[in-house]
Amino acid sequence: MFEYAPAPESRSVVDLKPSYGLFIDGKFVDPADGSSFKSINPASEEVLAEVAEGGAQDVDRAVRAARKAYEKVWGPMPGRDRAKYLFRIARIIQERSRELAVLESLDNGKPIRESRDVDLPLVAAHFFYYAGWADKLEYAGFGRRPTSQQSGTSPQPLGVAAQVIPWNFPLLMLAWKIAPALAAGNTVVLKPAETTPLTALLFAEICQQADLPAGVVNIVTGAGETGRALIEHDGVDKVAFTGSTDVGRAIARAVAGSRKKLTLELGGKAANIVFDDAPVDQAVEGIVNGIFFNQGHVCCAGSRLLIQESVAEQVLESLKRRMAQLRLGDPLDKNTDIGAINSAAQLSRIRELTEAGAAEGAQQWSPPCELPDRGFWFAPTIFTGVTQAHRIAREEIFGPVLSVLTFRTPAEAVEKANNTPYGLSAGIWTEKGSRILWMADRLRAGVVWANTFNKFDPTSPFGGYKESGYGREGGRHGLEAYLNV
Amino acid sequence: MSERVAVRKTYKLFIGGKFPRSESGRSYLVQDSNVSLASRKDARDAVVAARAAVKGWAGATAYNRGQILYRVAEMLEGRREQFVALGVPADEVDAATDRWVWYAGWSDKLPQVYGGANPVAGPYFNLSAPEPTGVVAVVAPEAPALLGLVSVIAPAIVTGNTVVVAASPAAPLAAVTLAEVLATSDLPGGVVNILTGRLPETVPTLAAHMDVNAIDLTGVTDPELAADLEVKAAENLKRVLRPAPQGHDWSADPGLGRMTSLLETKTVWHPKGV
Repeated sequence: MFEYAPAPESRSVVDLKPSYGLFIDGKFVDPADGSSFKSINPASEEVLAEVAEGGAQDVDRAVRAARKAYEKVWGPMPGRDRAKYLFRIARIIQERSRELAVLESLDNGKPIRESRDVDLPLVAAHFFYYAGWADKLEYAGFGRRPTSQQSGTSPQPLGVAAQVIPWNFPLLMLAWKIAPALAAGNTVVLKPAETTPLTALLFAEICQQADLPAGVVNIVTGAGETGRALIEHDGVDKVAFTGSTDVGRAIARAVAGSRKKLTLELGGKAANIVFDDAPVDQAVEGIVNGIFFNQGHVCCAGSRLLIQESVAEQVLESLKRRMAQLRLGDPLDKNTDIGAINSAAQLSRIRELTEAGAAEGAQQWSPPCELPDRGFWFAPTIFTGVTQAHRIAREEIFGPVLSVLTFRTPAEAVEKANNTPYGLSAGIWTEKGSRILWMADRLRAGVVWANTFNKFDPTSPFGGYKESGYGREGGRHGLEAYLNV
Repeated sequence: MSERVAVRKTYKLFIGGKFPRSESGRSYLVQDSNVSLASRKDARDAVVAARAAVKGWAGATAYNRGQILYRVAEMLEGRREQFVALGVPADEVDAATDRWVWYAGWSDKLPQVYGGANPVAGPYFNLSAPEPTGVVAVVAPEAPALLGLVSVIAPAIVTGNTVVVAASPAAPLAAVTLAEVLATSDLPGGVVNILTGRLPETVPTLAAHMDVNAIDLTGVTDPELAADLEVKAAENLKRVLRPAPQGHDWSADPGLGRMTSLLETKTVWHPKGV
């Protein structure tokens, strides 16, 4: 590997406070019982800030603030004015994107190249896209309303949305949740993940800067218990969650029998399928992007590689050569490809599953890779000789670990790809157009990338089949989750 | 001359295109007729039949599905008097027939209305299209016996889903007679399966079944049972259509919701280049 001089992004652009309160009704406030937790930099284990831990009382306060804002301000406000606030937010995010990107990399551990070039542009684009919908909801194509429902021709918002988001794309998931909710006329209470609350708190400051009316956006930080209190609160009309399938199941049970509309974006175990006519170099780039992007902390990661048997050796050889070029280390270094694992807990989950992979008989391989002394790290890893029964072929690892299987016929590829309770995404690599469309028809997954992988856009609906959840985020479909249609 | 002795009909289940009795050998009396009392095993058999029918029905062309739904309307029109004899008002039979016609036309239009190209910010072809979610369990409303039943079956199957319907225990005769209409409409066996009997016996099995993709609770009137079924459905994250708390106006324009809530949106990306 070439020796590169370090090229760290300056962190002076971020002005972190030592401690943060909850953002309720337009102001930062202390939690009722005064408890807090620390958010650390997973690349160094240094404490970045002390963050308030919201309890049931705080959640109640936030939901009330959101209700009041919904009834008095945001609900009655004309769509064109809601649009202007959202455009304003989109613009401020663009202006402050470097600051947000650096903070995201500090708190999450992802490479600055990704937070700067992927997360932040998508965050701004998402607000910009949904801003334009706010005064066009009648044109969103949901058809006539059944006459027995609430009268009026224009789709109505639901009310107060409770939103719980994960730690893998903290600000991007916030944008996916808040932008469509606000465009449709709802108000929100959002709980960021406990390991990555900081960009959401900076977003709260951006709401203040945009003069967004108080109570329209509320941010309550905390862990699982805070999220549970929020989801179970009687004053909530809508629940949106992105995270693990197990928690998604628990939430589906918790809202059963209530009026709360639910959308879930959960786990995945995507097949990335390489046919013998695929251009190998492009496919290898796609495989690397599919599983090592964001350290594999991606619900739609291409974590099962299915290679047609006749080219398996060639593809694997090329993949290993490419993996040896990946640079793991300081997330703020612009040369870094693979950053830190987000938390000690996630690292131990990845270790447990890779140990199971080795114990069950698969062959583990990683390139020579020096791991930093401090922080949480895991070398890019592939397993060959994997069978469909192995845990590493069935369970979501959510780390930089790829399981490699082979197939002979397109029908076998479809069979293996669909042999999972998940159904979030899939990849196909082949030069033959008719085969792409034939495969795409048969893969039970919400997003199919052909000759590309891990592409996202605010206009493009994203979400899963089967146990990967229900509902779509992005595009006009993403509005449906926040409208009474 | 003595009066002719009528030939009475046996009302049986409708599973996989056939009319079997309940494997439990039980029946109950409705309007002086014996009606099969479906068991949990019958419910599981119906799911197997529905799953087996998914590939062919979801893979059929939209044009073909539309023609078959229209054929159902033709057959129903011809059997109008049978339903009237069961006590279904004539105008309800007409409304149910018209509903089949309405939904028949959606088969090749909904994917255009509900899907389309997405203008992504990059050199990619990006298309979203709806697909059926798979096997749908349906709890039919008690009334109106025929129009309510048609209004929950047609939107589920027009897009390519297959269904297992728990007919209303109070109105099974219209349901079984509708099954006879379906059986003579070129609808492939297993696309619609109808269970008669007690809801608490069959519906929890359907709600908890790991090979069912969605459940429509429209006919569940007990809120506690509805909540319990929704909890069971969470095990494999079924799509759930809750009963409307304010009830339904079945004569109203149905809207798109019944169809779209049983669909998955698939988005396909491909780079553009030379």
